[in-house]
Amino acid sequence: MIKKIKAGITVFPGSNCDADVYRVLNSVFGVSASFIWHKDEIKNLKEYDFIVIPGGFSYGDYLRSGALAARSPIMESVKDYSVKGGIVLGICNGFQILLEAGLLNGVMLANRSLKFECKDVYLKTLNTETPFTCAIKKGSVLKMPIAHHDGNYFATDSLISDLDEKKSVIFKYCDEKGEITASSNPNGSIRNIAGISNPAGNVMGLMPHPERSSEKILGSEDGGWIFKSIIKYIKEK
Amino acid sequence: MPNKEEKMVKKAFIKVTLKEEVLDPQGKAVLSVLKSSGYGNVKDVRVGKYIELDFNEDKSESSERRAIEEEAEEISEKVLSNPLIEEFSIEIK
Repeated sequence: MIKKIKAGITVFPGSNCDADVYRVLNSVFGVSASFIWHKDEIKNLKEYDFIVIPGGFSYGDYLRSGALAARSPIMESVKDYSVKGGIVLGICNGFQILLEAGLLNGVMLANRSLKFECKDVYLKTLNTETPFTCAIKKGSVLKMPIAHHDGNYFATDSLISDLDEKKSVIFKYCDEKGEITASSNPNGSIRNIAGISNPAGNVMGLMPHPERSSEKILGSEDGGWIFKSIIKYIKEK
Repeated sequence: MPNKEEKMVKKAFIKVTLKEEVLDPQGKAVLSVLKSSGYGNVKDVRVGKYIELDFNEDKSESSERRAIEEEAEEISEKVLSNPLIEEFSIEIK
């Protein structure tokens, strides 16, 4: 019997994409996904094949987006899990939490427009040699929705050089043809950055929502490539 | 036992502001409203956060005052601000 892939989805007060991720993983991709409450812990690396930190407004975005969730007990577990090589995907607020927890480098500022941006964007895949992109064809353009107020990624020049050197910039906002232009940048993010990984490549933060674009009925299935990649990576490992 | 009549040190007043080099879109929005409301004298606006920490113990001895200062400093650095984009100042009373 083939063993089912197991995923853990962290849940904080104010998470609101947890059920979407749960549905997509279980019903679309046949993963055995379950929720992890923010006061719980991950006991060992074998408990889950990967962890998803979903989007939402954890703790009402109080203090700074993701700041309070980043300091909750489960994040100590997630840190530990990632240091041991576990795969961690943070989506939207999950990306902000990973930044605040120090699992990824940089910071999110308010969108340049000061508005909550909710629309479809196009993403260029820059690195297809990660657990999150290994099933994607190099240079592919994916359509996914964004829904955030603080998605304006900022990092110092030296940090950007580090990201470039380690090929840690995974996704950039682009136009429909894959051109990375100023007008296709929805939030003012430095160098159009939409998704980055840690230097080891096992932790990724992504502002757009792949779980909202993994089924035809939702207008795009492109987000599914992220989950297909993770599954492929785990199976081939 | 600290003398209850002594001046008690138990509150930390913390201001968190964006670093000068970081763009403050909120400040820019307020500036533009001020300008259109006729306050042309205002050159720039920066918006920050103000936080009060109320400590459990009434600490009046100087060593304890220092302990509160150190704790407030640590809290400000590790939780209340993001050192990548923000700085803070603390006042203990």
